[in-house]
Amino acid sequence: MNEITSKYARRLSRLGQRAVFGMAVMDAAKENPNLMALVADVASSAGLERMKSELPGQILDTGIAEQNMMGMAAGLASEGFEVVTATFAPFQSMRCLEQIRVNFGYMGLKVIMAGLASGVAYGELGYTHCCIEDVSIMRSIPGIAVVSPADCVEVVKAFEAALKDETSVYIRLTGKANTPMVYTEDYDFKIGKGVILREGGDILLITNGLTVHTCLEAADRLAGSGISAEVINMHTVKPFDSELLKSRLAGKSLVVTIEEHELIGGLGDAVAACLSELSSHPRLIRIGHPNAYGKAAHQEALLPFYGLDANGIIQKIVDSSTSLGA
Amino acid sequence: MADMGIDTNGGDFAKTLDSIRAHALSMRRHALRMAKAAGGSASHFGGSMSMIEILATLYFGIMNTARLGMDDPARDRLILSKGHGAMGYYAALIEAGFMSESECEDFEQDFKALPGHPVMNREKGIEFTCGSLGMGLSIGVGLSIACRKKGLKNRVFVILGDGECDEGSVWEAFMAGAQFGLSNLTAIIDKNGFQLGGRTSDIMRMDNLAERISSFGWDTAECDGHDIEALYKALSVSEERAGKFADSEADGAMDGIAESSAFRDGSGRPLAIIANTVKGKGFSFSEGNNAWHHAILSDSQYETALEELSSDLGSVEK
Repeated sequence: MNEITSKYARRLSRLGQRAVFGMAVMDAAKENPNLMALVADVASSAGLERMKSELPGQILDTGIAEQNMMGMAAGLASEGFEVVTATFAPFQSMRCLEQIRVNFGYMGLKVIMAGLASGVAYGELGYTHCCIEDVSIMRSIPGIAVVSPADCVEVVKAFEAALKDETSVYIRLTGKANTPMVYTEDYDFKIGKGVILREGGDILLITNGLTVHTCLEAADRLAGSGISAEVINMHTVKPFDSELLKSRLAGKSLVVTIEEHELIGGLGDAVAACLSELSSHPRLIRIGHPNAYGKAAHQEALLPFYGLDANGIIQKIVDSSTSLGA
Repeated sequence: MADMGIDTNGGDFAKTLDSIRAHALSMRRHALRMAKAAGGSASHFGGSMSMIEILATLYFGIMNTARLGMDDPARDRLILSKGHGAMGYYAALIEAGFMSESECEDFEQDFKALPGHPVMNREKGIEFTCGSLGMGLSIGVGLSIACRKKGLKNRVFVILGDGECDEGSVWEAFMAGAQFGLSNLTAIIDKNGFQLGGRTSDIMRMDNLAERISSFGWDTAECDGHDIEALYKALSVSEERAGKFADSEADGAMDGIAESSAFRDGSGRPLAIIANTVKGKGFSFSEGNNAWHHAILSDSQYETALEELSSDLGSVEK
């Protein structure tokens, strides 16, 4: 990987998570002839069109047949190939879910899956092409790690970590080109280890994906109102970093989870499950997409509609303080 | 490459066929013992017995796996896509020496290695976890590509049921097998004419299966799935096909599988065998009787079955 500078991060950000993912795959493929990328007719969408001409022996287009793609991935993985699969998130997580479950969960073969344009990145296309369920579904499968990178730099970090990991990883890609930057310099990324992006004493914001940047903005504005908010980028939802969460609760009056995902089974639920093991803990508010298929709209419209912009987050926090009589 | 040194016209061939028949007989006996061990929890009797000859011909005639062992990369690979045929599969693995005969008693027993559907266990000869239908052929496609990329000259076999072919993913895999020109891949369809809910002809017709698969770009052959000689001949790779195996590797074709002409011009066509079988084959009470799809073998039925097997052999062994 190139040295991470603010200039490099800006370049990646302009490309967006999908194109950056494709770049990372190609870089790895050049170094590892045993890396095979499988795409279900989405080479261009996964940033892998160039791989077809530059490394034709290492990319297979399976056509619009995701179940077969995951079976082929299993066959290759069983022979020791490092296999990466990519298609749009709903098809990567749901259309071929049982192949994922049997081949990579039950059988324990290894694959790196990229769910492209997850969340509501394609909101204007309607919910067939959104994916508000993938984290919930994938984390229920034994043996699959679930990672939702905060920005383009973290896409590269997550992919490189997934290559080194022995277990299968689902990487959830959100946002589009010109995604906001969270990281402009190198940092320590480990699957299963959350990152404290900002320390604070009053409340704890836990998030991942595109909303990491949103939470940093919200924390800035809360600081202006005298509320000190800590922000954790919980990029890995599974395995969940309980240790980090538990170690950051002291003195906090409120824990807020923010995710571009439905409220059932996602990051908020993982946090709730962790807190439930404690005899006492701060109040928890979960902000996310409702468990409902709403009207189609652009991501820029849907996120604020569901309170997933800085205003919405701040409002929820202020409301909760009021209701608590704080 | 599969063992193919036998001249199918010579005297050795007759011996080979006799040996396969003897293995098949022993396999039915192992399978019976497993069905008995399953006791009241029942076993997938019909679909296991229908493919005994297919498995026997593979393990003791066509595949090199028993000879090379599971650690040899050059071994032929078998995927039991119709995983409910586990009893037949385990019986073959016992006969082939990957498991001991006493392990029949472990079938469907608590916390043992031989559940009703196979779970990957290389030590016992089990290549993949199977049981959810429609998945094995796709694994076979990926596996065939992987073997070719590694320069191996082995073959990959996938056994499917005809009921299983209801699954759309099977046809995705048929498309892909042809698209990637996988002449090292062979699908065998145990066409016993039934599925859980009844006759395939009533539920979802699978007639003209050979034509259907052929139209997807595969070579096909059809035979009596209990006729060892017919199975052997259908499963033997022709010299022409074997030559193409070797050529494609020599070309370095797998370095560019996505665009290599060797994998586009149809020279590497996968092979599908439609094996016409009888569900529950071998026993008067179960042949063609779909009540034996998943059923309990009583002690008296077990004894009857053993007697029928013995009469096949011409001598009683208990």
